[in-house]
Amino acid sequence: MGKLTFKGGIHPYDGKGLAKNSPVEKYLPKGEMVYPLSQHIGAPSAPCIKKGDHVLAGQKIADAGGFVSVPLHASVSGTVKGIEKRLTATGGMCDAVIIENDQQYEETEFFSAELPSLSKEDILKRIQEGGVVGMGGAGFPTHVKLSPKDPSKIEYVLVNGVECEPYLTSDYRRMMEEPEKVVSGLEIVLKLFENAKGYICIEDNKPDCIEKMRSLVKDHSRIEVRELMTKYPQGGERTLIYATTGREINSSMLPADVGCVVDNVETVVAIYNAVLLGRPVINRNVTVTGDAVSSPKNFRVLTGTCMEELISAAGGLKDPTAKVVSGGPMMGFAMFDLQVPCTKTTSAFLCLAHDQVSEAKMTACINCGRCVRVCPGHVLPSRLATLAERGDMAGFEKLNGMECCECGCCSYVCPAKRPLTQSIKSMRKMVLASRRKK
Amino acid sequence: MEQKLNVSSNPHIRDHMTTGRIMQLVVIALMPATLFGIWNFGFHAFLVVIVTVLSSAAFEWLYDHFMHKQNTVGDFSAVVTGLLLALNMPPQIPLWMPVLGSAFAIIVVKQLFGGLGQNFMNPALGARCFLLISFASKMTDFSVSDSFRGAVDTVTGATPLAALKAEGFVEGASVPVKNLFLGNIQGTIGETSALAILIGAVILLIFKVIDLRIPLTYIGSFSIFVICYMLASGMGFDGNYFLSHLFGGGLMLGAWFMATDYVTSPITPKGQIVYGCCLGVITAIFRLLGGSAEGVSYAIIFCNLLVPLIERVTYPVAFGKGGKKS
Repeated sequence: MGKLTFKGGIHPYDGKGLAKNSPVEKYLPKGEMVYPLSQHIGAPSAPCIKKGDHVLAGQKIADAGGFVSVPLHASVSGTVKGIEKRLTATGGMCDAVIIENDQQYEETEFFSAELPSLSKEDILKRIQEGGVVGMGGAGFPTHVKLSPKDPSKIEYVLVNGVECEPYLTSDYRRMMEEPEKVVSGLEIVLKLFENAKGYICIEDNKPDCIEKMRSLVKDHSRIEVRELMTKYPQGGERTLIYATTGREINSSMLPADVGCVVDNVETVVAIYNAVLLGRPVINRNVTVTGDAVSSPKNFRVLTGTCMEELISAAGGLKDPTAKVVSGGPMMGFAMFDLQVPCTKTTSAFLCLAHDQVSEAKMTACINCGRCVRVCPGHVLPSRLATLAERGDMAGFEKLNGMECCECGCCSYVCPAKRPLTQSIKSMRKMVLASRRKK
Repeated sequence: MEQKLNVSSNPHIRDHMTTGRIMQLVVIALMPATLFGIWNFGFHAFLVVIVTVLSSAAFEWLYDHFMHKQNTVGDFSAVVTGLLLALNMPPQIPLWMPVLGSAFAIIVVKQLFGGLGQNFMNPALGARCFLLISFASKMTDFSVSDSFRGAVDTVTGATPLAALKAEGFVEGASVPVKNLFLGNIQGTIGETSALAILIGAVILLIFKVIDLRIPLTYIGSFSIFVICYMLASGMGFDGNYFLSHLFGGGLMLGAWFMATDYVTSPITPKGQIVYGCCLGVITAIFRLLGGSAEGVSYAIIFCNLLVPLIERVTYPVAFGKGGKKS
């Protein structure tokens, strides 16, 4: 049997060696803390504090704005300075609660619980109250994901420890340093789905991690470790489900439609914290790495910490620095201003000395088909990009343009250096916007 | 922060392969066949190669210059076109003909349709067929020959395929297999040595410039058709006849270097298989049932025209759209 994987994908320079062996350091922020009200997909959180209030770390500062929404919590103790529009890592402005950190880190009281005493409803409620969202990057509220129509039909709970994005090591460090929390978190999710098996999915470039996890779950009847081939985008939701279960979902389906639930390692740990310890999401692992940062490191960062501060904590930027990306090099967002806060979905800051994108010269498409070979969505990226550039929305949808997962493989391999992903991505946004209008 | 940061859409890293590098690899991969051709056919063949390549590059430059377009000579695509055209020339061709061919390939077939990536037909083969139709006798004249290998071994006379055509199966198929494979036969400059072409093909495969889909389906379907023809015509399986067809004409050069041309072959994986099969069958029909000995060039440019249709019927099933839905 070959290694578990999918058809397509690429093998970029992985860069993980930069920060792989640096243990997670706790970073205590100094300046003001910024908490955007939309750190997740769905309705923004509704602030429940006012200017001048004194808050404690872990205290709720905003309620869930609906079912598909989660509350927000302060990560430090201090005084609320107000609610202002602030720049976020994805480039947009968002209402954010600003808190002046008093440097005391006084914590509010957390109510721990024992798993056997909790009902399914209690678990889901504690997950929502803990502000848990998909921390791999999408930010979808976890309690919604864990409430499918028919929980008995869920057969697999996949813990995504693939970390296929080059350079990132935050999930790796989490699994190496706190593997028991990952397993406990998975046990909680398995309690919600009694017919499900739990798979901890890890790429074979992390053999130490696989070994560690395997020894931890070897007596566990419902949990297994799955070793996957190292390939980008192995950790994408669709490719991961396919590689581990052989089931396929398209853009209009949810993992639950094929009996799967996928959660990132960091999310599973957040579930553990929220359900058993009663601690909300107020920190996460963030990798600060790249060839333009002096000492690449993994940090345990309080949400709301300013990114510029964090980069200074990693020794600051070198000269030259061409690009700073929030997230990984394949799907992250390039930033023009470092005054943005870490949120629940910030996995890394990647600082690059050279920008391969602006250095590349674009030429005509020669129809080489490399984009087709690597596309995990089995579409024709070069054709879709042409249709997108022409603004042909109908043609774009007809050629399955909506099946693109924006993984970036096509742009990566294109020898003509065409921004295929960018064109397709903008067209997808337009199609989604026009669907909403209808 | 005084430094300005670059901003762009994801992904933020790029593979090192570029269009120019692909074209350079093709040129390198064509070198064994080119050098063998020059050695096999002498100084005039060398002149033909140089003149064709230079004139192709020159026409590319002139067109870009006078049409006020960005200069694209640097991407090496015109060099590849010129080199392929040269390898498709008879060794004793008067030098003005490849120049005319270059002009046709670059200006008419390639640039008038929009330049690199837009031509619907392989420029080198388009030009070869143009010359073949316009100057049939010169383009099929292999009677005079020269060689760097010494007067004793000089190959003269008809190409193996022309001999088959003129004299029929058994009498025509008298070329030793070793000569067929190594290339000590008559033909155009670059097509005679299967060995040299296969070395080039291995280079392209190693650097992943091409994959096996088109060449294998092309050669495979062609072989099946020829074998069926042999059996159906009552002559029984004749190894030498079969190998003459495989190695005696333009099939190897066509299958590895011209059918695999990105621009004029289907982009869909299934389409490439269909395309290869079409090529094999049509080449065999042209060669076995048609009027001329050769069929590769016409088969490829004919199938180039089928590409949009092939792509339409072989559009891939998107991930998650075809499998079982539970």
